Formats: sequence, C-alpha cells, structure tokens
Amino acid sequence: MIPATLDLPAGRAIVELDGVTKTYDTGAMKVHALRGVTLRIDQGEYVAIIGPSGSGKSTLMHILGCLDVASSGRYLLDGAAVEDLDETDLAQVRNERVGFVFQQFHLLPSLSAWRNVELPLCYAGVGRAERKQRALQALDRVGLGDRVNHRPNEMSGGQQQRVAIARALVTDPAMILADEPTGNLDSHSSTDVMALLSELHQSGRTIVLITHEADVARAAERVIQVRDGVIVDDHDGRDDALLAVAKNSKAGASV
Amino acid sequence: MRLTETLRIALDAIRTHRLRSLLTVLGIWIGIASVVLTVGLGQGASASVKSEISALGSNLLIISPGSTTSTSGVRGGFGSATTLTFDDATALQDKDVAPDISAVAPVASSSEVLTAGTTTWTSTVVGSTPQWANVRSRTVSSGRFFTEDEYNSGARVAVLGEETVSELFSGGSAVGQTISVNGTDLTVIGVLASTGSTSGTSDEDDTVVVPYTTGQQRLGIGSTGSVSTIYLQAKDSDALSAAYQEANAALLTRHDVTSDDADFSITSQQSLLTAATSTSKTLTILLGGIAAISLLVGGIGVMNIMLVSVSERVREIGLRKALGATPRVIRSQFLLEAIALSVVGGLLGIGVGWLGAVVLPKLINQPVTLSAWASAGALFVAIGVGIVAGVYPAGRAARLAPIDALRSE
Repeated sequence: MIPATLDLPAGRAIVELDGVTKTYDTGAMKVHALRGVTLRIDQGEYVAIIGPSGSGKSTLMHILGCLDVASSGRYLLDGAAVEDLDETDLAQVRNERVGFVFQQFHLLPSLSAWRNVELPLCYAGVGRAERKQRALQALDRVGLGDRVNHRPNEMSGGQQQRVAIARALVTDPAMILADEPTGNLDSHSSTDVMALLSELHQSGRTIVLITHEADVARAAERVIQVRDGVIVDDHDGRDDALLAVAKNSKAGASV
Repeated sequence: MRLTETLRIALDAIRTHRLRSLLTVLGIWIGIASVVLTVGLGQGASASVKSEISALGSNLLIISPGSTTSTSGVRGGFGSATTLTFDDATALQDKDVAPDISAVAPVASSSEVLTAGTTTWTSTVVGSTPQWANVRSRTVSSGRFFTEDEYNSGARVAVLGEETVSELFSGGSAVGQTISVNGTDLTVIGVLASTGSTSGTSDEDDTVVVPYTTGQQRLGIGSTGSVSTIYLQAKDSDALSAAYQEANAALLTRHDVTSDDADFSITSQQSLLTAATSTSKTLTILLGGIAAISLLVGGIGVMNIMLVSVSERVREIGLRKALGATPRVIRSQFLLEAIALSVVGGLLGIGVGWLGAVVLPKLINQPVTLSAWASAGALFVAIGVGIVAGVYPAGRAARLAPIDALRSE
C-alpha cells in the first residue's frame, strides 16, 4: 500500500524510514499507531506532515525525533541507524541531530532566554564561554538579540517560540522538528514564526513541520499526509490542488 | 555533561523554590542540630565527671563503710554504717601489712556552723591527718597546711577551701584570721587551691580541714573514733591493684568478717570513672537515638519533597531529555539536589549545635563539648541521608519516558 520508492530530489538523505511500524500494547488491546511508513527526507527540504488527530502523525514525529523507537522497520537519521539504540544513545542523537520546537514552547521559566538556549549545549558538554557565545548568536539569528536576559514570562508567546527556535538551532542539528509550532500563538505571532521557519529553510535548514492545519502546511514545499498510520499522500506543498485534498480529508475525517 | 554543570542546575532548582527548600531543609536541620547537641552534652558530661574524679587525687583508693545487715535483718544503706575506725587507718599505715600503700588519710566530717566576726556560714568540717593534702592532691594557694606537730598536739588551726573563704571573708585575706566552730576559735593557717572542677555543685572548695585530733578533742567530730572515709594512696599506678588487695585483706582480718559480708567497700577512681561514664554513655545513646529518629524523619521529608518535585517537574524532565539529557544526567541532577538540601540542612544544624554549645551551658549549667570530628561526622550523616532520600525520586525521574513527560500538562 506504500509506494516502494519515492521519486525524490537528489541530495543527502536526512531521514530514511523503511517499513516503520509502531504498536502500543495497552494491555486490553493493541493500538497500531503506525502501520508501515517508508519515507525519505533530504537535506534542505521543508516538509510538512499533516493529518487529523489519531492519524499517527504524533507517533511519527516522536519516532522522527528519536523520542520513541519503532516497533519494527529501519530508521536512518542523517545516515546513522537509530532503531536499536538505548535511551542514553538516543539522548545523544537527539542532542546532536534534532532541534525541537514544541507547541507549548517548553522553556524553563526560571532561566533567562540565553540560558534556555544554551541548555542543549550543556548536555553536549560544550564549555561555558562557547555556550554563551553560541546561545547569543542563535538568539540574534531569530531577532531576539536585545532580549537575551529576559525570562519567558517577560516575553510574548511569539517571542517565546522564537527563543525555542533559537534553542533548536544552537546545536546546528541535521533537522529541525517543529510540532504544531503555531498552535498556541495568535495569527500575528503565527505569521511571524512561520516567516522565521521559511527564512531558516531559505538558508538551507532541513525542517519537518507537524501540523493539523492545512494553512500552516502550505508554507512547506512538500506535504505528507498521514491517515490511519500510513502515508496517504505526498505532494508539492505549493501545489494549489493540495489545499483541496487537505480540506477533503478533513471533511472526511469529521464524518 | 560535567558534574559541575549538573550541580549548578540542581542548585538553581533549589534557589527557584526557596520556601519549599527551606521547609525541606528544616527536618535535616533540626535532626543534625539535636544529634550534635546530644553528643556534645554526653561528651561534656563525661569530661566533667572525669575531671571531677581525677581531681580527687592520683592513685587513689577510697574505703567507705559498707552496708551491714544487723541481727534483726535490717540492712543499712551504703555508707550509713560506722564500721570504719581511725585505728583501721592506722593499721593500714603499717608497711608490713600494706607495703604498696604510701599514704593513708582517714576522714571524719561533720556539717558545722562557722563564724568569722559577724558572718556565719555552714560548711563541712573535715578532720584528717597531715597526709590528707598529699593523698587528695590538694595544694594551698596561700599559707600552709597543718604540720605533724600541730596534728599531734591537736592545735587550734584550720585550712579553708576557697569557696568558704569567699563566703566568710568576702574574698579578703583569710590567713591569720580566726574562725569559730562550735564555740571553739581556730586560726586560719592556709587556703586550699581550688580543685578547678568544672562542676559548680562540688563542695570540694567549700570545706574546712582541721587536724583529726583537733576535731576529736575540741569540735566533737569523730569523737567515737569512727571515720566516714579512708583515703589511700598507692605507691604508683602499677601498685593500685596490690594496694587494694592488701587493704581488703587487712580490713577483713581486723573486722573478722569474710568478703561475703564485708562491712566496707573499696573503690578506685577507675571504677568510679567506669560507673559514671557508663551512665552518661547510656544517656547519650538514648538521647542520640531520639535525635537519630528526628534525623530519619527529616530524611523522609527530603524524600517526600523530592518525589513531589519530580512529579511537579515532569515537563521539565521531559524537555531536558528531549534536548539530550541522558537518564544518568537526570538522575545526578535530582540526587545532587537532595544531597545539596541535606548538606545545607546539615551545615545549619551544625551551626545551631555550636550556638547551643555556647548558650546551653549558661542556661542549664551543663558543659557541652563539641569536637570537629563529631561535626564532620554529622555532615557525612547528612550527606548519607541526602543520598538515601534522593535515590528513589531520582531513579523515577531518570526512568520517565520523554514523550510521556512532554505530553503532561
């Protein structure tokens, strides 16, 4: 049911999933969250993964981000097999190769902006001075060079999400994984954050965006639609036809 | 990640939750303070007892009239009998009978009213031999002790304790003055140096020492020839045991009794010391046990708060894991947090303990001896409590799955 090969632009593969399944055993019954996903994402791509809730896109995001491991199938992240790694090695992979942006921002309220941004570098064992320098650079990159000492509660939602993006950038990861990055933002801040992600894409970053909003997905150049644990569509995001497909799928899901 | 970084994160967490950290620390604080103080009190008590007992003299044996059972079956209390006589003491001075005894000081004492001018004071008047000062390791701070001649002639002389002097003469010079005991005038010829005993209740410094003969002939003290105590000094510490045997055998023979119904008892400083320290040791263990329980409760408090802290900070843990914190790093973070709380509590507890060591002796008149070793030990105990209290919560934090942790609201 999954196309064996995808016709993809040439380049270095960042994500290579091959027949990935994920089954949750809740005791009473088995939940098949992913039923066999094969997917390749190349260096520099801006990919949106879209699907209604319960479609398996969150599970796919967890596996892509090495927050969870697949029940079966192979996963190469930036060329390295990660399906057999233990928790400690997975932590290192997340630290080095994935930059997370969450819907809830997930900033630590007691730390200032630059201290939040340097956190991944702490776990990478980077020295103090270099950490601060890189954190400040990343904050500058997202346009918060004048807010480095502000605490999260002293900033707007949009600014907080930009701090989170700076934190995702600071380790120079292979992939930025953004899970509903605009879910908690007003429309103005949403536009702001999406513009920043597009800008990062322009500068060559690989971005994977997980969302249930077709509007948000339209920013990506490639849209992958997930339903019932399988990929049902893989389109060019700038294609107008996509919007119709997404709307249809939404309507279908709600019936 | 370096340990110092983990420590910084742990300390940040403590600083962020100031009130909660303070309340957590309180249990350890009180626990360590009470442990430090009870141990200090125990050591102080045994040190003061030790100094009191060694102030009695050196190589000393003390013979007291023992309990006796009369023909009617009534058993007198220890020391109530008047079975020791001055002649017993004289017999023990015989070098053939007791070669290892170097000096003998029989003592008869009575509480009497003293008068100096218009001042009166009640004190213990002790009649003894010139050897008393030597046997009891006492020296005179001014004047002199009475001589053999004065002893033989029953001279009207007296040597006063420092406390007695200050009561009768308001701290003025006593030597050469006259005091009146039972209407008999005695000339003060010397003042005993203070024993320097740390215990304020000792009456070693409130005493009047007169020749035994003077007491017997003029003051009515020991007039029946009985004495309340005989102090013996062995030649040296090695001869203590032999001196004990000689005195025991001689007195058994003189009193015509067997050791089973001996009407006297001989104690050494060592046995006094053992008895006294075993009492204070028991007390210290008892109090220390109670203090240890309060420390245990404090440790449970730390564990409790750490568990609350872990479930409260599930999202933080999830985020840290997503950003690359290994289970090991998360475990260290929470373990260090528990240890840091306990160390702070321990240090505060030691501080209160040292403060108590200054304040308490003034309030309850009990010496408190604190040692750096005991304090360091208390700190190690605090660290141990922190580790024990932190292991389980830290393990729980380390095992949290990052997705579950991130999902929690």
